[in-house]
Amino acid sequence: MTPGAGGDRAPRPGAVYVLPAALFFAFFAVLPLVLVALLSFTEWTGIGDPRFIGTDNWTRLAGDPLVLTSTRTTLLLMLFAWAAQTALALPLGVWAAGRQRNRAVLSAIFFLPLLLSSAAIALMWKSMLDPNFGVAAVVGPWIGVPDGNLIGTPRGALICIIITVTWQFVPFHTLLYQGAARNIPAVLYDAARMDGANRWQSFLRVTLPQLRNTIVTSSVLMLVGSLTYFETILLLTGGGPGDSTYVLPFLMYQAAFERSEMGYAAAIATGLVLLGTLLSLAIVRFSGFSRMRSTLEGM
Amino acid sequence: MTNPLMSRRSLLGLAGLGAGAAVLGTAGCGGSSGPQGDDSKALIDIWCLQDPVQNRVQQAAVDRFNAGDAADAKLSTFINDAYQQKLGVAMGSEQRPDVFFNWGGGSIREYVRGDLLVDLTPTLDADAAFKGRFLPAVLEAGKIGAQYYGVPLRGMQPIILYYNKEVLGRVGAQPPTTWAETLTLVDRLKAESITPFALAGTQPWTLLMWIEYLADRIGGPAVFQRIADGDKTGWSDPAMIKALNEITALVDRGGFGTNWASVNYEAGGAGTIFAQGKAAMHLMGSWEYTNQVDQQPEFAQNGLGWTTFPVYEGGAGDPKAIVGNPTNYFSITKSSANVADATAFLKQEMASDAYVDDWIKAGDVPPITGLESRLSASPSPEFSAFVYGMVRDAPSFQLSWDQAVDQKYRDPMLTNLQKLFLGELDANGFASAMAAL
Repeated sequence: MTPGAGGDRAPRPGAVYVLPAALFFAFFAVLPLVLVALLSFTEWTGIGDPRFIGTDNWTRLAGDPLVLTSTRTTLLLMLFAWAAQTALALPLGVWAAGRQRNRAVLSAIFFLPLLLSSAAIALMWKSMLDPNFGVAAVVGPWIGVPDGNLIGTPRGALICIIITVTWQFVPFHTLLYQGAARNIPAVLYDAARMDGANRWQSFLRVTLPQLRNTIVTSSVLMLVGSLTYFETILLLTGGGPGDSTYVLPFLMYQAAFERSEMGYAAAIATGLVLLGTLLSLAIVRFSGFSRMRSTLEGM
Repeated sequence: MTNPLMSRRSLLGLAGLGAGAAVLGTAGCGGSSGPQGDDSKALIDIWCLQDPVQNRVQQAAVDRFNAGDAADAKLSTFINDAYQQKLGVAMGSEQRPDVFFNWGGGSIREYVRGDLLVDLTPTLDADAAFKGRFLPAVLEAGKIGAQYYGVPLRGMQPIILYYNKEVLGRVGAQPPTTWAETLTLVDRLKAESITPFALAGTQPWTLLMWIEYLADRIGGPAVFQRIADGDKTGWSDPAMIKALNEITALVDRGGFGTNWASVNYEAGGAGTIFAQGKAAMHLMGSWEYTNQVDQQPEFAQNGLGWTTFPVYEGGAGDPKAIVGNPTNYFSITKSSANVADATAFLKQEMASDAYVDDWIKAGDVPPITGLESRLSASPSPEFSAFVYGMVRDAPSFQLSWDQAVDQKYRDPMLTNLQKLFLGELDANGFASAMAAL
């Protein structure tokens, strides 16, 4: 059967089917988004009525040095977290796609971090990073930090956050890759072997190309997801030391709930939404994901 | 120093998730003050922090009040970090509590500005006997401008210099009484590879106590009061600059060791380093004593010493002056339908013998005059007497800066202070960063 041949004649759900979801989405996603965008043009402490102040919040946003620092940290974190997670999750996932029994057991153990809440993970890492009573006291000297001051320097804190989120999210992406790798028809590997490819070559020429869509999906999830890293940072470093681990969601939280500057927080939030949207669009566009070509082409 | 019981900082874990939930939750269950039970009585909704010890004392007060015929009071309790946000959101809505727990100063200034709170000055002035029961320095610290908006509701939490008797004994030293002695002691301890002062640098509020005391000793309470009143040029006051420079010098000298920026405050952090003798001293609130009793009982019993912050030679400040959390306060919201009953509750209970005795038994030292003889009922009479005497004799009791400044300056102040400790900012850089806000 040619793909889609019978699909066109199959009874399709009418627009009315989408109505409940559309209404739900409009009410709980679009409306708040619009309201937040409107709020970003006001000054509001959360008490009394918002006062319209035009583009003041946006002007302030553009000139706020902390926004610049936070954006840079957000992007750095995004990039390094993506690189670290992909570098681990992809090979792990492909490895876990094998069928031996011990792999199933190990995969289940790898999966554990995903079951813990972000808050629990952050607090656990926080106590591990304590230079006197944590693992940092042991690990520090091995890596050239004899006093275990791992999370106490601007660069160290950022690396600690990357390690923490990597530890937390690698299992999920491993699962994605495992599923995708299992879907690769064995016949492709057979063919590669007949052509004389070794393991490395078949990984490079068969597995990787077949995982293309999964890589894109996983990357979008990681990159856009990293825009929302918040509780880890709040609990692990509180944005510190100094302002070295301030990220945009953290800045938004502080503006809204610690400084009661709801309007300014709304501007940061709107900025984040724009950034996230642009990012997803860019990835989808430049990765060829939008064309949705089958990775099984030619079969 | 948002938190009266700092060990509860570990509950911060819930805040990450709780922040959103608290906001959502408020919409549904903000004011639970519907008619309940006896319909003829008004219902007063009282908001407090969640804490087993505190709440027991507060519930007893509510029960005593409810035994009368005036009105019924009901206690609602909330976890610390979620509380401030929940309160903020509630204050912005129509679902306000009648009476609520707060820290005074910046924690309610926004509400006073929004004309949401009852001015308690007339009530206090009309009843000199009631007003006179509270220690003046503590009552004063609850003022916003010239008015009283809060009545003290629990014990006092001054910042105290704790020392490890065994460690100081080992190097043959006494706790420092002057700043010069402090610096000499730092060098001696360093030579013995002992961290002079435990410091939980991952939480910037722990850094605050140092600048609070130094600025007060060097320039007196007026230096910071100017800033709390909104004059940001106060950060460049010569006394403030001098205090900031002293901090930089102390950090560079190794006063806090090398890895303080990675040390936590929670269990297993600064308090444990100190108790185990890896650090000789710890500048912390009075709650540190309770924490040590709880977590290192043997050390608290035998090895824990306490004293006042050293005198700064040539400083303009009174060496008896203290900083910290004078106490926590109950305030009344203007929109309450039961202002008179709520006031009656505060007047009946907040200085009553039963209430005060309950606090003493719980280990707190309430800011009540003439308490000396009753403190023997405390589980730790010696420490309670020290705290009481310290506050009673203090010419001023400065509210922790993070509570005293407007909420919007709180985080930048803490961040910049952390940068100063890290050496990323010098005194003048700090002052200009604060003035630029």
